[in-house]
Amino acid sequence: MGLVAYFDAASTEPLHPQAREALLAAIDVGWADPARLYGQARRAHLLLEQARTEVAEALGARPDEVSFTSSGTQAVHLGVLGTLHGRRRAGRHLVTSAVEHSSVLHAASLHERGGGTVEIVGVDLRGRVDPAAFTAAVAGPDTGLACLQTANHEVGTLQPVAEVAAACREHGVPLLVDAAQTAGRLPIPEGWSVLTASAHKWGGPAGVGVLAVRKGTRFRSFLPEDERERRRVPGFENVPGIVAAAAALRAMTAEAARERDRLSALVDKIRRTVPEIVPDVEVIGDPVERAPHIVTFSCLYVDGEVLLTELDKAGFAVSSGSSCTASTLRPSHVLEAMGVLTHGNVRVSLPRGASAAEVDRFLAVLPDVVHRIRQDAGVA
Amino acid sequence: MTEVIQPALTIDALGKKCPIPIIMLAEQINYVPLNAVIAVLADDPAAFTDVPAWCRLKSHRHVGSYELPQGGWSIHVRRNY
Repeated sequence: MGLVAYFDAASTEPLHPQAREALLAAIDVGWADPARLYGQARRAHLLLEQARTEVAEALGARPDEVSFTSSGTQAVHLGVLGTLHGRRRAGRHLVTSAVEHSSVLHAASLHERGGGTVEIVGVDLRGRVDPAAFTAAVAGPDTGLACLQTANHEVGTLQPVAEVAAACREHGVPLLVDAAQTAGRLPIPEGWSVLTASAHKWGGPAGVGVLAVRKGTRFRSFLPEDERERRRVPGFENVPGIVAAAAALRAMTAEAARERDRLSALVDKIRRTVPEIVPDVEVIGDPVERAPHIVTFSCLYVDGEVLLTELDKAGFAVSSGSSCTASTLRPSHVLEAMGVLTHGNVRVSLPRGASAAEVDRFLAVLPDVVHRIRQDAGVA
Repeated sequence: MTEVIQPALTIDALGKKCPIPIIMLAEQINYVPLNAVIAVLADDPAAFTDVPAWCRLKSHRHVGSYELPQGGWSIHVRRNY
């Protein structure tokens, strides 16, 4: 394989070198059961609590509010269902946006099947929920929980979390904020009651998620009792993974201000250039209020799977929300909810260190790739 | 349903995956007179979103999408230019 530009950070960020170093060290010294009382165990416990303090600080939480899960998806499942369970007497109505990660929407379906109710608030053409519509939904008498992402994972659009959080506070409704796409890249917005994130999206290893529950938020795990992680998450903690996750978050956060401006300028260049060099393209998502590293566009008359395959051959790892490339026959629920073109879709998400030269090479290759696919389909 | 305009042309894209229904629509819209309605029969869920999105991008008008008894939709588009 020749030169490959990895442009799929929104799926997973490559392991940060400092995380790799921390992981290797922690595998040797942090393997013991942190709940036990002998030397090796105390060592593992110390590493775990140090990591918890660091992650808490980076996310604007207190250490005792932070629990580690086995993934971002598990953090969302536990966060959504645990908060609803803790507040089941206050109300069983769940409010969420139409463009949340599937883990939120699947947890919502489970809640609905269990007799709860779910209200899904739509988004505009740029993928943003209207704070007024979201607030109106939250204001109902029996709302148990509201969920909103910081930024959309497919199109990068930032959500009005601070406004929605203020409205939730006013109505006494806890807000779960899914920060999977922005943790380590952008400051965490104020006002969350429950916060979820995923370490492999910020350059940590897979297998570590974060569930932070603000002090005073009623929470009760819906799973069988377990003593670990303040009874919020069952099972033995992945101490080496957690230590590496904390190291990655520390490193990413330290570089974030500089790196996000650099990546955002590259995204701006892609957003500006693609419609100039490829006919019949729709660049999707908010051009300004967006995650720094994500850009999505759809090419008319192009099969998304063919486009991904051709870009792979040309040395680019990108993702797509087109139906033929997803595990289901439906196109991405995000693109559907926005009402934008779902076929011929490409998501470019730049990892830390993505270079201007790689982006230029992508822009040099793209027009011809799209043209050839259209020609083969008899359109160009 | 009485208000549904009789299409001047119907494209049968049933069983075809996107982008094929959109390609067929783009090819055949010029076969109908200005302001006439062209219907796309499609059952790929992507077409339900993509035909209206194509209309927005191409400045034609999405008139409506009507469910077909056998599944899928008849998606009506008015030729604007």
